[in-house]
Amino acid sequence: MTELLRINDLKVSFKTDDGLVHAVDGVSLTVNAGETVAVVGESGSGKTVTSLSVMGLHKKGQAQLSGSISVNDHGTFKDVISLNDEEIRDIRGRAVAMIFQDPMSSLHPFYKIGNQLAEAYLVHNRGKKKEAMVRALEMLELVGIPEPKKRAEEFPHQFSGGMRQRVMIAMALMNSPQMLIADEPTTALDVTVQAQILTLLEKLKKEFNMGILLITHDLGVVAQVADRVNVMYAGRIIEEAPVDDIFYAPLAPYTLGLLKSVPRVTANNDRLKAIPGQPPSLINLPVGCPFAPRCEYKEHSAESGCNTTRPELLGTSATHRARCHIPESLRQELFAKEVKELLA
Amino acid sequence: MLKFLSQRAIFTILTILIVSAVVFGIFSILPFDPAALTCGQRCTDQIISANRIRLGFDKPIYEQYWLFLSGIFLGRTYGSGSAAFTCPAPSFGYSFNENACVTDMIRESLPITISLAIGALIMWLLVGIGLGIIAAKFKNRWPDTSSSVFVLLATSLPTFVTGLALLIWVTIKWKWVPLSLSGYTSLFENPFKFFQYFILPWITLAIAYAAIYTRFTRAALLETLGEDYIRTARAKGVGERVVFFKHTLRAVLAPIITLAGLDFAGLIGGAIITETIFNLPGLGRLTLRSVYEFDLSVVLATTILAATVVIVMNLIVDLFYAVLDPRVRIT
Repeated sequence: MTELLRINDLKVSFKTDDGLVHAVDGVSLTVNAGETVAVVGESGSGKTVTSLSVMGLHKKGQAQLSGSISVNDHGTFKDVISLNDEEIRDIRGRAVAMIFQDPMSSLHPFYKIGNQLAEAYLVHNRGKKKEAMVRALEMLELVGIPEPKKRAEEFPHQFSGGMRQRVMIAMALMNSPQMLIADEPTTALDVTVQAQILTLLEKLKKEFNMGILLITHDLGVVAQVADRVNVMYAGRIIEEAPVDDIFYAPLAPYTLGLLKSVPRVTANNDRLKAIPGQPPSLINLPVGCPFAPRCEYKEHSAESGCNTTRPELLGTSATHRARCHIPESLRQELFAKEVKELLA
Repeated sequence: MLKFLSQRAIFTILTILIVSAVVFGIFSILPFDPAALTCGQRCTDQIISANRIRLGFDKPIYEQYWLFLSGIFLGRTYGSGSAAFTCPAPSFGYSFNENACVTDMIRESLPITISLAIGALIMWLLVGIGLGIIAAKFKNRWPDTSSSVFVLLATSLPTFVTGLALLIWVTIKWKWVPLSLSGYTSLFENPFKFFQYFILPWITLAIAYAAIYTRFTRAALLETLGEDYIRTARAKGVGERVVFFKHTLRAVLAPIITLAGLDFAGLIGGAIITETIFNLPGLGRLTLRSVYEFDLSVVLATTILAATVVIVMNLIVDLFYAVLDPRVRIT
């Protein structure tokens, strides 16, 4: 198993007029070749900030980063945080490529699709114009755009949303990167198109043995394509586990809350079970567990550390860890009942 | 495309007809006798009534309007016999105050206004877009701050202040540019004299516009830099310089050119203040003088000309926009 991305204790903060916003607070995760690692969380949980950090795409001078982000650039590991602008630029699109949430606005409205794709190749292979165009047509074909030759001469506004996301994926594949970051790739698309895009990503992952870091808030998407899952809350990973464990045996109250808030067709109660309260402000996090103010299981915590100490990411299994003060065995027991109800 | 052009052509003609009819109508209800204005104080009733018949003011208003319109295409002959005189097509009437065909008067003043407008346009585009780029590139640093000082000053100073200041200091005190007494020289005759003649008026006009364009360019660039497709370009590994000068600037160009076309059209109607300060016998001065002197045929002609230029420039801008922005389709 080749490791493609290793994020270690990443902290990202932004200076604002109200104070320092700790958007990402000690995130560690890895992505290996041939697997999809999902990062799930609400808006503002830090998942997009994490993904932009990997590409070095934060605005200059605004974000303060610490920790390390090791990217596998065809065999050698490079730490994005310590690279200079030119070195990061060299990695972007070549070692790691990224696709974004809104395909409607992610393509330049004034340039032809073919040229936009070719540019992605040309920035890393100077002067090879013919090769770039050939490759662009190949990639369009690969992502399932009919009549690529004709479509390459068209402009983004002549494509539908789903087709544009395919174009974005084709663009990301121009330099055959090993690692793909997909930041909410299906959020702006309708459901049938969502499924097509996810299937396409799955196919590409298998075909090229790529590693995918999938940023999403949609548990349905996670269930469909993820191999491993990191649940983020208030800038930290609150639970990490293989995908089945997240759905069948969650260990963090927040994860369970997310599962419970997914609307269900079969549910006989007509109200959604939303998690009460709001995510905390990232400027002044509570001293204890950031989720404690919203947690319904707080009283089960033995030493009532919830309000005083931040829980560590711990677990009896090497692959399944969560941040919670409640003893793991008790959680398993408590949550199993709820999950059973959900699955019923 | 052909359909679009023919539609717009019809629209243009209709608009010009309406504009001319409105101006014609306003003058016909003004409480004075146009024939009485054709000669000075020593006018006798005989001369006035003779002129009235000569110029067709005795005819009903719709017939006068018809004569005016047909004159544009056929030329017009005033009076009869030995006293008759002709303004050949396109004729926009005859000015008794100047004893000249209006078309000839416009023909003389139009090149001056066009030279003034084109020179100023080039100048303000270069300065405005240039400063806008610098301000956006160095946002919140000293080049940006100093450009906003320029913007603030230039937008708050009226044209007559900058124009007079330039005239007083540059020409009279420092004598850098000689006061032009020989009048207008065409660019092709003597380029040096042409530039000497126009340089201060250009600067005067350009300063005000350059400030607006600086602000506009800066804002548009900064907004575009935040667009998703700029992030996509960066994510591809495109360098910052190419991101700025290719991806960002390209997107900003279309609205700037639209703005420039419309501002330019507005200037062709005459930059009255600038022309007056620098004593340029352009369209603006011509209009101003004819308004003062109730020289109706001249006012009518310059108004129609200005309206036509605005409409035609609008059309050109629309066509150009379709070339620059592929999302705009002309059908």
